[in-house]
Amino acid sequence: MSLAALFFYLFAGVAVASAFMVIASRNPVHSVLFLILTFVNASGLFILIGAEYIAMLLIVVYVGAVAVLFLFVVMMLDVDFVELRQGFLQYLPVGALVGLVFFAELVLVVGSWTFGEGVTGAVAASSDVSNAVQIGRVLYTDYVYFFQAAGLVLLVAMIGAIVLTLRHKENVKRQSIPVQNARTKAMAIDVVKVPSGKGL
Amino acid sequence: MTFTLAALGPALPELLLAVSAILLLLFGAIVGPKSTDTVNGLTLAALFAALVLVILGPSQATLFGGAFQVDEYGRFLKVLALLGAGGTLAMSVDWLKVEKQSRFEFAILVLLSTLGMMMLISAGDLIALYMGLELMSLALYVIAANNRDSVRSTEAGLKYFVLGALSSGMFLYGASLIYGFTGSVNFARIAEAAREPSLGLIFGIVFTFAGLCFKVSAVPFHMWTPDVYEGAPAPVTAFFAAAPKVAAMAVFVRFAIEALPNVVHQWQQIIVFVSIASMALGSFAAIGQRNLKRLMAYSSIGHMGYALVGLAAGTEQGVRGVLVYMTIYMAMTLGTFACILSMRRKDGVVENYDELAGLARTSPVKAFFLAALMFSLAGIPPLAGFLAKYYVFLAAIEAGLYTLAVIGVLTSVVGAFYYLRIVKVMYFDEPAPAFEPMPSELRAVLAVSGLFTVLLFVYPAPLLAAAGAAARALF
Repeated sequence: MSLAALFFYLFAGVAVASAFMVIASRNPVHSVLFLILTFVNASGLFILIGAEYIAMLLIVVYVGAVAVLFLFVVMMLDVDFVELRQGFLQYLPVGALVGLVFFAELVLVVGSWTFGEGVTGAVAASSDVSNAVQIGRVLYTDYVYFFQAAGLVLLVAMIGAIVLTLRHKENVKRQSIPVQNARTKAMAIDVVKVPSGKGL
Repeated sequence: MTFTLAALGPALPELLLAVSAILLLLFGAIVGPKSTDTVNGLTLAALFAALVLVILGPSQATLFGGAFQVDEYGRFLKVLALLGAGGTLAMSVDWLKVEKQSRFEFAILVLLSTLGMMMLISAGDLIALYMGLELMSLALYVIAANNRDSVRSTEAGLKYFVLGALSSGMFLYGASLIYGFTGSVNFARIAEAAREPSLGLIFGIVFTFAGLCFKVSAVPFHMWTPDVYEGAPAPVTAFFAAAPKVAAMAVFVRFAIEALPNVVHQWQQIIVFVSIASMALGSFAAIGQRNLKRLMAYSSIGHMGYALVGLAAGTEQGVRGVLVYMTIYMAMTLGTFACILSMRRKDGVVENYDELAGLARTSPVKAFFLAALMFSLAGIPPLAGFLAKYYVFLAAIEAGLYTLAVIGVLTSVVGAFYYLRIVKVMYFDEPAPAFEPMPSELRAVLAVSGLFTVLLFVYPAPLLAAAGAAARALF
């Protein structure tokens, strides 16, 4: 068994096991940590097939941003997972039935898997330039339309987040740097002559 | 590959909308809430300019390696979508201002949503389809929650968002299966590869159709419609009911006819089922509704069922039926919502149909137009709604789908009940207090759609010819 195959089974095994632990662990924080482990292993798999750019992206985006966001949400929202799990046994038969149906469908699909004409496996990466260069070459030429469209979708998401959450409150004291900088001694201090024995 | 800017010419209307959305956003962000009126006006101008560009533009072009295609079919539907979006935006400006829900982002989101619709209508492959769908829907989720201080509006937005995300997931899963089994995301190449139906391909079709059925709110993927229509502010509901439905139906038909012409028998059964279920639910479930927006939601579910009858036929005539149907549906919807938006008394907006009592005596012209629209929605000859139903059923019968056509006619008889009840309430019940005077935009929309509905049978030839030419582009 070659070294690459060894690592493939290592990454794949840990990924599947930790994916299982995501849904099996009782503590939601542990679930998120297992999710991060799954992502890291998936990026290991990407490195093995020579897609180092996607691997790094996975680490940066999913582990760096998404999973941390999840962790914050889980810790801040105080979701009572014990309560959520109530009724688990009650719904188990229906859930199991739906699961079985989906499983049967999956078996049928995978069982009848025939590729269409002209479909090849993974496209061999040319070795003279890096992944990032290759993706960049098609992203801004062949796929420029989708790239721009994705940009517009993100713009809408941004506008939406602002429209739905930003509130201009009255009487909020805000810091104004120019006013602070323009303060003079006369504006800031008021010298009061206090007669002795009287107080203010 | 050399590239010149002139090559982007066929996409000029879309570019115009995108650029104006970004510029208006900047303008609004700099000027602040004072800019609302200007932004609204300029948005309408941009929509109108795009309409002119679509009409004057080329009738045949392909861009971006087939991802974006301009043809007669696309032009017909883009005109429709732009008219729907512009009409509803014009109607909503005044309403939102009175209800103090006016903000400049609303018009920009409508603009971006319309851009999504145009991308959707022009989509030539699955990625472009998905991108257009998301751009359109994401803006819709936000404006559904436009009245963010109201629990119902927020709930409508959230519900629409969660269910919409689910349907996008289903669509993507189906798209990935289709890609896996045919080796391409391009409609033309999918059609080439999918000569023989394979199990995987059928699974893909089922999932993509489920996602698209959600967007046109066809049964059994209609659950969100009544709640979202009722919860969202009335002008937003009017927008939902008109333009996005047209765009989603457009891409549904294009995807089915362009990408899957060789496996018609596989998807025909799905469409027949969905169509029958929508027509039945649209007729029966609306009977118990008192809220007009909710009633219109069920009505639109039913009408999507009738439009899908044309698609079920899978023929050129069927597609022409769908196009005629969507045009007339949009005109009727805009007119009806113009009336709903004008239902305002001194103490606020009312939405129940019994508030219309005696409208024939308090404002006879409005009552006449609304009655005409109701007769038309019910499909009573010689109004436009009858012509719409006539062409889809004709196509279904010529394709041999007799059961479907018979069930369609029967359900439209059931549906006539609740449309006619509104007419009865307006003409024979004791008058309720009169409404506030109708703003001029609403009058204009109501008059145009009312006259269109009443007079279409006199001279339907131009509409039929345009729809026929558009349908021919797909075959």
